[in-house]
This record gives sequence, structure tokens and C-alpha cells, in this order.
Amino acid sequence: MSKVEVFRQHHFVDVDQQHDASWLGMWVFLTTEVMFFGGMFACYFVYRHWYLQAFASASNQLDVVLGGINTAVLICSSFTMALAVHSAETGRRKPLVVFLLLTIVLGLVFLGIKFYEYHTKFVEHLVPGSSFRFEESLARPAEIFFSFYFAMTGMHAVHMIIGVGLLTALSFRARQDRFSPIYHTPVELTGLYWHFVDIVWIFLFPLLYLLGRHL
Amino acid sequence: MNVSVIERRKHYLNINYGIRSWLFTTDHKRIAWLYLLSVTLFFFIGGLFATLMRIELMTPQGDLVQAETYNKLFTMHGVTMVFFFLIPSIPAVLGNFLVPMMIGARDLAFPRLNLASWYIFILGGAFTLMAAAAGGVDTGWTFYTPYSSIYSNTHVVLTVVGVFVTGFSSILTGLNFIVTIHKMRAPGMTWFRLPLFIWAHYATSIIFILGTPVIAITLLLVGLERIFRLGIFDPSLGGDPVLFQHLFWFYSHPAVYIMILPAMGVVSELIACFSRKRIFGYSFVAFASLAIAVIGFLVWGHHMFVAGQSVHASMIFSLLSFLVAIPSAIKVFNWTATLYKSSVSYDAPMLYALGFIGLFTMGGLTGLFLASLGIDVHVHDTYFVVAHFHYIMVGGAVMGYLGGIHFWWPKMTGRSYPESWARVAALLIFVGFNLTFFPQFVLGYLGMPRRYHVYPEEFQVLNVMSTAGASILAVGYVLPLLYLIWSLRYGAVAGANPWRARGLEWQTPSPPPTENFDRTPIVTEGAYAYEKDPAEIYTVGKPAHV
Repeated sequence: MSKVEVFRQHHFVDVDQQHDASWLGMWVFLTTEVMFFGGMFACYFVYRHWYLQAFASASNQLDVVLGGINTAVLICSSFTMALAVHSAETGRRKPLVVFLLLTIVLGLVFLGIKFYEYHTKFVEHLVPGSSFRFEESLARPAEIFFSFYFAMTGMHAVHMIIGVGLLTALSFRARQDRFSPIYHTPVELTGLYWHFVDIVWIFLFPLLYLLGRHL
Repeated sequence: MNVSVIERRKHYLNINYGIRSWLFTTDHKRIAWLYLLSVTLFFFIGGLFATLMRIELMTPQGDLVQAETYNKLFTMHGVTMVFFFLIPSIPAVLGNFLVPMMIGARDLAFPRLNLASWYIFILGGAFTLMAAAAGGVDTGWTFYTPYSSIYSNTHVVLTVVGVFVTGFSSILTGLNFIVTIHKMRAPGMTWFRLPLFIWAHYATSIIFILGTPVIAITLLLVGLERIFRLGIFDPSLGGDPVLFQHLFWFYSHPAVYIMILPAMGVVSELIACFSRKRIFGYSFVAFASLAIAVIGFLVWGHHMFVAGQSVHASMIFSLLSFLVAIPSAIKVFNWTATLYKSSVSYDAPMLYALGFIGLFTMGGLTGLFLASLGIDVHVHDTYFVVAHFHYIMVGGAVMGYLGGIHFWWPKMTGRSYPESWARVAALLIFVGFNLTFFPQFVLGYLGMPRRYHVYPEEFQVLNVMSTAGASILAVGYVLPLLYLIWSLRYGAVAGANPWRARGLEWQTPSPPPTENFDRTPIVTEGAYAYEKDPAEIYTVGKPAHV
């Protein structure tokens, strides 16, 4: 049995078929994710259209600097992730571990800043519910804006947390030298997932923080 | 052949024993059995709710249950039947068993994900049953807001979580099928040699992966609105209840095609086998499946003609809904053209298939009534709608499912079912079904609204007819449960290909070995070469065990 065959699961004819199947499976999964977030984006657009003034005014309450920093952090994390995949492809174990860990750290920085923002909103009575305070005439639609803000960024954060979990598992396996140029499918697929979660944020940031700021 | 022949050979059922070998299996054939047992349980639970409703409706007065209880009955009936029986039935049971076998693969692409999807299904089912046991839910299976998100005092959140969770099992099944069909086909199994069952499941899987995430996020928002009073769907908080309906039907209308497309796949196999002929216009039937899946995503607005949607939108949705009739009709015409001048035999699966064609045609044609703007206003929310979708879901999907279960039962178990009992059951179901639901078309047209437990006295005769039909239907459903279980032990040994069918799944012993085929088959013909000998169609390649 050749070295390649070790990684083949019993029901595949060869490793190539297994790799192609995993790859396609991840893309199909990401398609479902697009539809999942797409539903929320559609709702957001409907209400933004209905309550333009309130959404602009509520959007101004968000901290665009922290949001901007977070965008930069995520873009950097995508870069380190891409480098991790490259290291796996070229079979360099140490850089692979380092880049995976760097990606984890950047992911955690993002989550830290996000939760700091959530905390600020809580203190400022901008969390939907009985304690919500806002300029009287726009209070109700502004609360809808913040409902979307928390639902969308919250769902994104859940995906980030799952991503950090996956990367942690990968880095342990990478340390044990479980990946090689001929078999590193898990690294590639986690990379795809991580880039997808980044792209979701790339849409969320302008929609929530930037659009209509100067209305 | 005698019993010992089956016993001696190692196959997927006797390769190992014990509860662990089933609960931790990654064999698609065993997972199909796990699904078969669970959806059967849900079918009879859902049937129990229906029975109580039909008994209540025998008299015009509300004498058996109160209005609140009745609301819970039709809700729990709808939720269990739609999400826990109809949607998983054919794909997760027959699809799971047959997709790899029909394309000559050893398993689905992701066996562990397949097992996970069953556990997710069971978890979702547990939430829903918990909600039922705790007092039920009364929103209707459609969960319309703001009633569901604010006013209902029943277990909405628990039920919504159950449906949300179950959705992920559909997504994983769809994902698995798509990847398997793309990447795992045996040598020579080109796209246009695939059985139409596979095309139907491919189209279904597309709906699974594109539609289900949308219902997931929608139900999540309903749950969040109920807990945190978000105001996304509640008009008193600034939200839009019609937006909920848009999102709900964006999934739930295609969900009807999730139920009917696999049944159409089954019927294509049955018609070809029992008329010993190639399917007429194979590629039209195949592409009709895809067309139904695609157009199905563009018709959801026909559920909202009276919900305050713009008239222009309604006109477009009406037109698009009419378009779905075209691929559906293509299928019906091609099946009947296949029957023309062929040698038809009337075994039980064929009775179900023929029943399907008739009932689906009725359901489809009345669907056109509902897609017409003017008539829909008249019959909206009446028993006409109830009758229409039961012709599709029960007359179509359940007939297809039962036909498929009978057809592939010898393959799944290695045993034959008792043919004469099966024919009796198929006829009982056909007669009982029509007696139950045809009067409901009339009731609806005369103006009896759905979802009420009391009604004016002039509707009683038709309602009693419907209840009488339901009791015949119940006998028809219990019979297969009994004789199929009986056949597991006492049924005649079936042999590899009792129907002399040409599909790849019949070219391996019954029950199949764990790896499905002892040697990887090489395909040289499509699945319906009934004029040729099977040996000419398939040759064998290298052994499956390397």
C-alpha cells in the first residue's frame, strides 16, 4: 500500500476522488451558508428601506473605528490562513503551526473587540428589550436596527467561534505532523470556511456601520 | 433457494449484530433502516392526530375536543407529517439506501455525516415530541406571525427549535447526495445513464441546500422575536408579518417539491420495470425534475394572494405557478406514453405507481385553480386547499413512498412481501384516499373554511364521507405495517432480482454486501435497457476490497 493510500477511506476508489468529494462538499456547504445569511440580509434590506432615517441614526451609534479595526484584523487573519494552507501544500510543518496559531490569535482579537462593542451597547441601553433607550420618535425602528445588528453580528460571531475551534483542532494535528503535501484536505477546507466567514463580515461592516452614516 | 443460503452469505444485515452495530453504523443501508423506523413512528403519530380530527368532524358540533385542542391537533398533525415524515421519507429512507447502489458506489461520500444527520433528525424530533407532550402548539404548521411570535400561549419555541434542528439533517442529506452523485459514479455511469430516481434526488437535494437554510434563519428570528420581542415580524412593534410569509414560503413551497420529486423518481423506476420498457423521453423526464426544482423557487407568492401582496407581484407569481405545470405534465405524459403498447403487470408497486399518476394529476390540476388569482380568492383557506395539497402530499408522495418500499423491500431485506395482501392494501389506500379527500374539494368549494372544529349542519354528509374514507385509509396503512414485519421472518426468499429489473442495484445479491458490490461494476447502458439481457449491460471491474 503506497503512502497515499493510508489516507483513503474505504468507500473511495482513490485519494483523488476522496479529495474532490471533500472539496465539493465544502463548497455545497458554503452555498447553504450563503442562503442562511442571505435570509437575514434580505430582512435587513427590507427594513432599511422602510425606516431609512432611523437606521441611519441608529447606525451612527456604532463605533466605526472599532469596526474598522476589526475589518483589518479579519483581513489579516485571512492572509495568515492563506499562508497556513500554502505551508501545508509545501509540507513545512513549523510555519503551518505558526500561521494556524496566528490565525487563531487574530480571530480571538476580533471576538474580543466584538464583545467589548457589545458591552458598550449594553451600557448605553442600546440592547433591544425593556431597557432600550433611544430618541423618542425613532425608538421603535431603531430597536429593529439593533435587533438586526445583534442577530447578524451574533450569528457571524458564532461562526467565528466555530472557526477558532476548528483551527485549534487543526493546529494540534499539524503539530503531530499529520499533514503533508499529499494529504492536507482539512487545512484547505478550514481555510475555505474561514475565508467565507471573513467575507460575511466584509458585507456586514459597510451595511451596519457605514451605509447612511452621513444621511 | 432456502433460508440457509441467505444465512451463510455475509451481507450488510448479518455482518455484525447488536444495538451498537446499528447506532454507530456508517453504512448507508443501515442508516436507511434507522430512518425507516423513525419516519414510520412519526407517520403513525401524525396519523393519530389526524384520526382525532376526523372523529371530531363527524358531527357539526364541537363535541369531542375544544377549539383550542383542535387547533393543537391540526398543528401537530401538520408539523409531524411535513417535517418529520414527508420531507425525510423518500430521500432519507429509499434515497439513502439506493443512491449509492444505483450509481455503483460503495457508500455515500460522507458516511459519518450521514449518521450525524440521523441523530440531528432524532434530536429535532425529540424537541417536537417534547412540545407535543408538554401541551402542544396551536399556530398551524405555518407558524404565521405575529400569532406565533407574540400571542400564542403554547410551546412555539420548543417546536420551532425542533423544526430548526431537523432542517440541518435535510441539509446534510442533500449535501451528501449532491457530492455522491457528482463524484462517486461507477465507471461508465454517465449522467444520461443515471436512473431517473437519481435525477429526482439530485433536484431534491438542490432544494434541500438552497431552501432549508432560509427556513432555518426565519424560524430562528421567530424564536428570537418571541423571547426578546425583537419586532421583526410583529406589526405592533414596527415589523412586517407579510415578510415572514415571504420567507416561510420561499422554503415551504419548494418543500412541496422536496416531497413530490423523489416520489416522481420512484414512479419512473416502477413504470419502466412493470411495463418492461425504456422510459419514454428519458431526458425530458430528467430535465423536468430540474425544471421543477428551479421554477419551484419562484412561485412562493401564490400562497399570499390575499395577504396584502401587490397585485402586480401576484400576477407574476400566478403566471410562474402555471409554468410549474409544464414540467409536471411532461412527466405524466411521458409515463403514460411509456405504458402505451407495453406489457404491463399489476404487481403491488405498480398499483401504487398508477395510483400516483391519477392522484397527482388531480392534485396538480386543482393546483392550477389555486394559482389563478380570481378562483384563489374564492377558495383560499377552505377545504379545497386542504384537499388539493393532500392529493399531492398523500396521493402523490405517500403513494410513491409505499410503492418504493414494496418495490425495493426484497432488496432491503432479502425477502418478498405477500403479494395479494399488498395488492389489497394498495387498493384500500386508493379507495380510502379518494373517499377521504374528494368530498373535501366539494366542501371547500361550497365554502367550508379549514381549521375549524364546528361547521354548519349542511356540511355534515360530506364530512361523514370523509371520515369514513379516513378509516378505510387507516386500515390500508396498518396492513403494510403488519405484513411487512411478518415478511421479515416468513416471507419467501427473494433472490437478487425478483422483478427482473435492469437497474444497477438489482445486479448485486439481496440483501447486498456491506460494500454493495463484490466487484466494482462497469456500466455500458442506461438503467432501462429492458430489451437487453442484464449481462450485456454490466460487466465487472476490480474487486471492491483492495
